Amino acid sequence: MSKIIASAGIRGAHKIVERAEKKWKEAMDKWGANEPVGFPNTAYFLPVIYGILGYKVEKLGDIEWVVNKCKDILPPFVKENVHLPYLGPALDAGMATFFAEEVIEAIKYLEDPNCYTKQEDPTEDNLWLGAADDVILRKRGVEFVDGTAPGFAAILGAAPTNEIAVKIAEELQLKNLYVFMAAEHEGKRFSEQLQEEGVQIGWPTRLVSFGSDISAAVFAAGFAIRAAMSFGGVEPGDFRKLLIYNKDRIFAFALTLGYVTDEWYANGLGCVNFGFPVIADTPIPEILPTGVCTYEHVVSNVPHDQIVQKAVEVRGLKVTVAEVPVPVAYGPAFEGERVRGADIYLECGGGRTPMVEWLTTKEMDEVEDGKVEVIGPDITDVQPKSKLPLAICLEAAGRKFEKDFEPILERQIHHLVNYAQGVMHIGQRDIAWLRVGKGAVEKGFKLEHLGKLLYAKLHQDFGTVFDKIQARIYTEEDKVKEMEEKARKAYAERDARIEGMTDETTDTYYSCTLCQSFAPSHVCIVSPERTGLCGAYNWMDCKASYEINPTGPNQPVEKGECLDPKLGMWKGCNAFVEKASRGKIDHYYFYSIVNDPMTTCGCCECIAAILPMCNGVMTVSRDYMGETPCGMKFTTLAGTVGGGLSTPGFVGHSKYNICQRKFILGDGGLKRMVWMPKILKEEIADRLKARSEEIGIPNLLDMIADETVGISEEEILPFLEEKGHPALTMDPLM
Amino acid sequence: MADGKLVSIDKTVEVLLDKMEKDGVESCWDRHLQQEPRCQYGDLGLCCRHCGQGPCQIDPFGGEQQKGVCGATAETIAARHFIRMIAGGAAAHSDHGRGVAEVFLAAAKGEAKGYEIKDEQKLLTMAMDFGVEIGDKSIEEIAVEVGEIALAQFGQQEGELKYIKKAPLKRQELWHKLGVTPRGVDREIVEIMHRTHIGVDNDYKNLLLQGTRAAIGDGWGGSMIATDLQDALFGTPYPVLGRVNLGVLKEDEVNIIIHGHEPLLSELIVVVSQEKEMLDLATSKGAQGINLVGMCCTGNEILMRHGIPVAGDFLQQEIAIATGAAEAVVVDIQCIMPSLPSVADCYHTKVISTSPKAKFPGATHIEFDEHNALNSAKEIVKTAINNFPNRSRNVNIPKESVDLIAGFSYETINYLLGGMFRASCRPLNDNIINGRIRGIAGVVGCNSVRTRHGEGHVEMVKELIKNDVIVLQTGCSAIDCAKAGLMVPEAAGKYAGSGLAEVCETVGIPPVLHMGSCVDNARILIAATAVIKEGGLGDDISEMPVAGAAPEWMSEKAISIGHYFVASGVYTVFGANFPTLGSKKLTKHLFEELEEQIGGMWGFEPDPVKAAQLMIKHIDKKRKALGIDKTRERVLYDMAMRRELEAV
Repeated sequence: MSKIIASAGIRGAHKIVERAEKKWKEAMDKWGANEPVGFPNTAYFLPVIYGILGYKVEKLGDIEWVVNKCKDILPPFVKENVHLPYLGPALDAGMATFFAEEVIEAIKYLEDPNCYTKQEDPTEDNLWLGAADDVILRKRGVEFVDGTAPGFAAILGAAPTNEIAVKIAEELQLKNLYVFMAAEHEGKRFSEQLQEEGVQIGWPTRLVSFGSDISAAVFAAGFAIRAAMSFGGVEPGDFRKLLIYNKDRIFAFALTLGYVTDEWYANGLGCVNFGFPVIADTPIPEILPTGVCTYEHVVSNVPHDQIVQKAVEVRGLKVTVAEVPVPVAYGPAFEGERVRGADIYLECGGGRTPMVEWLTTKEMDEVEDGKVEVIGPDITDVQPKSKLPLAICLEAAGRKFEKDFEPILERQIHHLVNYAQGVMHIGQRDIAWLRVGKGAVEKGFKLEHLGKLLYAKLHQDFGTVFDKIQARIYTEEDKVKEMEEKARKAYAERDARIEGMTDETTDTYYSCTLCQSFAPSHVCIVSPERTGLCGAYNWMDCKASYEINPTGPNQPVEKGECLDPKLGMWKGCNAFVEKASRGKIDHYYFYSIVNDPMTTCGCCECIAAILPMCNGVMTVSRDYMGETPCGMKFTTLAGTVGGGLSTPGFVGHSKYNICQRKFILGDGGLKRMVWMPKILKEEIADRLKARSEEIGIPNLLDMIADETVGISEEEILPFLEEKGHPALTMDPLM
Repeated sequence: MADGKLVSIDKTVEVLLDKMEKDGVESCWDRHLQQEPRCQYGDLGLCCRHCGQGPCQIDPFGGEQQKGVCGATAETIAARHFIRMIAGGAAAHSDHGRGVAEVFLAAAKGEAKGYEIKDEQKLLTMAMDFGVEIGDKSIEEIAVEVGEIALAQFGQQEGELKYIKKAPLKRQELWHKLGVTPRGVDREIVEIMHRTHIGVDNDYKNLLLQGTRAAIGDGWGGSMIATDLQDALFGTPYPVLGRVNLGVLKEDEVNIIIHGHEPLLSELIVVVSQEKEMLDLATSKGAQGINLVGMCCTGNEILMRHGIPVAGDFLQQEIAIATGAAEAVVVDIQCIMPSLPSVADCYHTKVISTSPKAKFPGATHIEFDEHNALNSAKEIVKTAINNFPNRSRNVNIPKESVDLIAGFSYETINYLLGGMFRASCRPLNDNIINGRIRGIAGVVGCNSVRTRHGEGHVEMVKELIKNDVIVLQTGCSAIDCAKAGLMVPEAAGKYAGSGLAEVCETVGIPPVLHMGSCVDNARILIAATAVIKEGGLGDDISEMPVAGAAPEWMSEKAISIGHYFVASGVYTVFGANFPTLGSKKLTKHLFEELEEQIGGMWGFEPDPVKAAQLMIKHIDKKRKALGIDKTRERVLYDMAMRRELEAV
């Protein structure tokens, strides 16, 4: 700590705590101690307070304890001469700052419930998003876990010009980082600068306008701390572990743009406590000795054209940015960008024109690597707001290339195309939909770039499984239709092949330890009939991933001797799990929820739980925010069983897995399912019907209760009885 | 008469020696001159008086006299003498520790009015170290159990001391292998006395092993218990502003100097001296207040916990009286010159002895008893106040006094480096690894008239910090560096190398940290162990870039401390003189062979700057062995590397 920083930060912390106390007292006078208070849709209360102190703020009256705690830990001001040591006290002041800011923000929600949009995007008249709710946290948090987003930049203030703001934001986006924005400098705010320049702000583009005040910076800390609790399985109140977890695994940093006030310094101290360094564009003092952060703590006076690179280096973050030959910015941060209305230059598919995407295998001599042909009119040949039919046909060849890899590579088209700035892609196969924005066309984007970017990225990510790839892009209707027909035939063959695979006939399963960056003891083993709990990896994906990267997170697991065919346990799998979990877990069952089930990480799509009274199980998907009959919301469940634990009675699984034949088969299978949220029922209805016909209960879907029936066992039991749900007459579950 | 300028770097000495000369009072420096020439046999460790047939002396120049009457060789005689010094020092620290344990136990049982457990956290930590089950027990119940176990450690006959487990694992294993793990505190001291009796142990290496065992019993036993119990009873020190040197005495207040080593009585005098009854009494005697000041290690104890000013070090005890401004010098045990009552005779000062173990002809004795401690304290303070009207006009209080920051317990350093939520030594380790801090030095010990007062400490420490070595200090050594202005945060920019200065600026600390009294050297051992556990600097203290020193040592305690540092794996350099130089074999064993055997070794270099350079050389050697002598590349982490990280 530098004396100037410690002095200013401690002063700032005092001011913020005073402000919090004043706001809280006013709120108490107005609403009284019993008024509920908190951030919207979260099971983590005020998350920094909950995480660090293990204390739940639910009502206004609860805040008194927090305010007192803040005052307790606020250190005295730093004396000019012969001062006492200040590093530890200053870090405490930073933490008190975060506690106080959560109080301020919570009261803001109370004073004006619409002060923030409470969704992923700004609205017409409100730029400020406020705290991420648990749905956003899970959806976005997964990207932190799998590395799609390596970290985040918390930006305070504003750049000297809008142009610089846009450049910094884009550079951060290109490095796949999330950008969390708060506070103002000379009446300007970074978010507003981007908005003025027409940059799309919101969670989908990773440009998150948290709030206009400095206190909104605490939402960034709250996001980080919840990631540690929900994905890392760190217990609330285990402050040391939480902070070290953040230092080691959440690659975040703060960028201060403009004059650093006492309050900013106070927030900076809070960041340093989390291991997040501060990079400033002004000549404030530096703190170079390491220790609390991985490398330097404060680096200052960095020119704007170097600030992102410097920040990444100071944080110790390795970002590999793909060089893709397209005239627009390219990266995951642009995946969520929309192209709408007047912005559209060209539209294909989406029911308006035919569109198809198909990757097929060819002989080596049939493919000219890197060749991209556009057959038919290109963007330059059509007027704005045009529609064209489109077929994107990729032909791959290689000694190691297998037919089974076709769908995996083909599925990449969706996000790879979406990564291009100003290009929007939805769907796959013959239901794809593409929009190219005017901005992209102005920069020179043409349809041939679809081929070029796919060529470049597929080589980069999957280059070890094929040798050559070429692209043909058709925009003539008859050609597109011809391709569509061929593709449909190929899809049908593929699906039949996958359907036919069973666990019994497969000796090699694949592990997935991708999430160990966040949940160190978590080990998924993916078999043909049990896809990964995140929904992103099936057996074939893992196999391909292993071929691509033989030392990566997907390893072949020889399942070995079967120890329990009913519940699904194999000697080889157990041995692998023990090793891969570093001795934390030595066995689990694949097909059971009752007996030592597979470990669950925070990324799971659904969590199933036993409902003893109903003699069945329920499952809840992460997009359902309400209560469930097991007494816990999804997010509470994830916090309880996630983090790499094997918890009897609960298991994480993918949506797809529900209708796979081995789904909790050891405990009776799908017949046990007595409750699901309505949205999940609707989403998987077709497959669920097919599966229930297979097990001889064609109307099972109608027997499964949802939140419209009830959210407690007592409420749903009469419904199940009335419908004659099979679970009620099955053997006791426990 | 001694020349103040020559004998000390401290201006107060010059001023007051002049005054003493005028007042016709003799000082230790005068007696030092009278003692010259010193007996060279004794000085070199070659004089044996262990039986009635002697004294026997060995000729250091290879003459005929190569064996004592019994046949003891130079190395046997020097080794016996050396480990008896260890026994003396270990006994002093440990008897201090035992005294604290007795008061602690009495306090826990509610039998010692005025005492209470101030630091429950520390007590609980001790309880865990001692294997006391905490369960639903009250703090008092836990304290009684801890106190009983602590007290039993001293007389324990078998097994090993509980605190051995606090040492790095590798060190424990080495001690076991060498057979030097202490069974109890007292037993090892007694065994030294036995083995050095005529005709018992005559193998110098074997004698040394027992010295090692007793010294470990001091550092990792008696001293460590003393420090921990004192922290539990009076509070673990936290950085505090204080002031040091004789200028802290006040013209218009009752000056009470508390001198010696234990905080047991002084803590109560701190309380009592600010009570209204006492302040009123002082006013009635014409004083503006009561000015309590410390001296030597008692001074360090109350400085560390309350910021009470320190008047001076060991060699300032006589001149403090010669100011004519001290109403009372209250003494307990250790390092109190027998000359004090005779110096006090020339002034109005009352020398008040308080320990039944330490009486001084000519002193007033007010016995301190933990069961009646508050009353003892009151009587002492009253005696001082009543003496105020007797102060004559022959007063000269030197102007010299400076600020310092004291109070660096190990626990506090941990907190300071990370705050309450992330307390750890990580930043220290990191900055040692990255080279901003070159290493750690413990510079401790006494003052000796055989060196220029203060010069050894100050010059050595300046050289060390200039070379980016952070310095941990205790005892009179700490007082001397504080007097030289090295213990304020501003000293970093002025004296420290750029790397160390940068770290000091980051944490807000001085480059030289005051860790307490001489019994508190155990804090340095615990800090070193914590650094090991934090990782990246080896598995044992002997692998760390650290060194120790006592450039102005004089007491047997210093030898015991030096040896437990060596036994813990630290290269330790002494100045002034060294008590084994008459035996080449023994000296070689201590200075060279021990490194092979136990990882640490002794060194001797009277020139403090040269000694500092030896320490730096050793530190560099260790840095090289650890592979941290080169600049490290910055590691950037991708997801695969993050997955490889172990769970915290």
